[in-house]
Amino acid sequence: MALEFRSVTKTFATTSGGEMTAVSDVSFRVDKGEFVSVVGPSGCGKSTILSMTAGLYQPTRGEVLVSEQPVNGPNAHVGFMLQKDLLLPWRSIISNIEFGLESRGVSKADRRARAMQELKACHLAGFENHYPYQLSGGMRQRAALARTLAIDPEIILLDEPFSALDAQTKLLLQNAFAKTISEAGKTTLLITHDLAEAVLMSDRILVLSERPGTVIAEIKVDLPHRDEPIKRRILPEVSEYAAQLFKYLKLEEKAA
Amino acid sequence: MVRSRSTTLASLGLLALVLLAWQYLPPALDVPKYIIPTLTDCLVEMKRMWLYEKLMSNTLSTALYTVLGFAVGSLLGAILGYLLGMSVFWEKVLSPYILALQIAPKVAFAPLFIMWFGYNAMPKMLVTVLIVFFPVLVNVLQAMRTVDRDLINLARAYNLSRLGIFWKIEMPSTLPNLMAGLRIASTLAVIGITVGELIGGNTGLGYLISYGGGQANAAMVFNAIILLTVIGFLLYTVLQHIEERVLHYLPKAQH
Repeated sequence: MALEFRSVTKTFATTSGGEMTAVSDVSFRVDKGEFVSVVGPSGCGKSTILSMTAGLYQPTRGEVLVSEQPVNGPNAHVGFMLQKDLLLPWRSIISNIEFGLESRGVSKADRRARAMQELKACHLAGFENHYPYQLSGGMRQRAALARTLAIDPEIILLDEPFSALDAQTKLLLQNAFAKTISEAGKTTLLITHDLAEAVLMSDRILVLSERPGTVIAEIKVDLPHRDEPIKRRILPEVSEYAAQLFKYLKLEEKAA
Repeated sequence: MVRSRSTTLASLGLLALVLLAWQYLPPALDVPKYIIPTLTDCLVEMKRMWLYEKLMSNTLSTALYTVLGFAVGSLLGAILGYLLGMSVFWEKVLSPYILALQIAPKVAFAPLFIMWFGYNAMPKMLVTVLIVFFPVLVNVLQAMRTVDRDLINLARAYNLSRLGIFWKIEMPSTLPNLMAGLRIASTLAVIGITVGELIGGNTGLGYLISYGGGQANAAMVFNAIILLTVIGFLLYTVLQHIEERVLHYLPKAQH
């Protein structure tokens, strides 16, 4: 399923009565099965793009389309994950993974079966009856991925899901996510401020400007091993792509 | 709360010390027993009260109304807390009045309630309900305001209804605060009942306090206070056990 933004602008009313434009005239398309990253300076409206795709709020102008249909509200085709794992602390891991299925009229037995399957796919077998506080950060994020995959979304939105993890856990988890997502053939939009992460995991990278965010560059990552960031990591071209992003974000000028 | 053997021993040792001081210090300092009765004076009086002052039924009556007042007050407080928590508009409209009522000394309403309802169980129940109501309401409301917005968005993205969001996200999220409110309320419930019985009652431990006070029977007052404390303590302990059960998913250090 494809995702498309057509000249989307989103304006928020501020508490002081003014208006704040988060994103302005954003257009892009993510094709079925494609993995696209969005990078940009902090506060450029990355998360706004995600919330509009999830249908949590509507664009002020323009259109958001999921398989050519406008998004008018939360819909079953989109699953999202944030930096926070958002596991419910009062539920066991398996019951957390089932959470998204509960409002979809899936029977209890089917829910359990589906959740167990995703639990195994995310390498959490044996932890189904643990509670979130008993798991490490990386495992919790894997449980969150299992919950996201359990509803079998066509499109997965990732909002900096690795940014709270330590460097090694991050690498392993990026690898695990890339593999799982590529095997499932999901269309994915990753929002990140980690330039290397964007290069390692994506088919394409969109660079946003400062607020109001708009797409200033689109980079196609022409490298193998999209499903294995650990392998892609050692390719010499990776640093060239990162340098290119670096330039677009004008980080050198800012450092000076 | 995990108690080790050494803290339990120290607590018990301290109790023994206080009891000994209570027994031997007042006579040694020539304090008459109508001012401070000794431990044995109180025990003798306890037996007399048991035989001639219907101690059992008075204690049970107070315990019953404490639990009843606590249950009704906290139920109402929780319900209103959740309703206001779901409506920013009504919360803003009502918050100044809630604050005012919260500040008003609830026990001062007791004479009014007696004028309105007479010398029966109603006034003490109402004082207790009123006094229990606010800590529960305020705790629930506070917790409803601070429920993680991202959890609610997650539930919305999963197409949960408003009611589903309440039962699956908001209610469990606010449970720790609700339990904390209930614990505070349980200690206040005893105060409410006591004041109600002191002012206009002919049953209960509060009544025995005013009766004993009128007779200059300090031992009777001591005994009634001790029993009131026991009632409050039991209620608190029961709640604490429920809380540990219900909130088992919180890491132990947070208790």
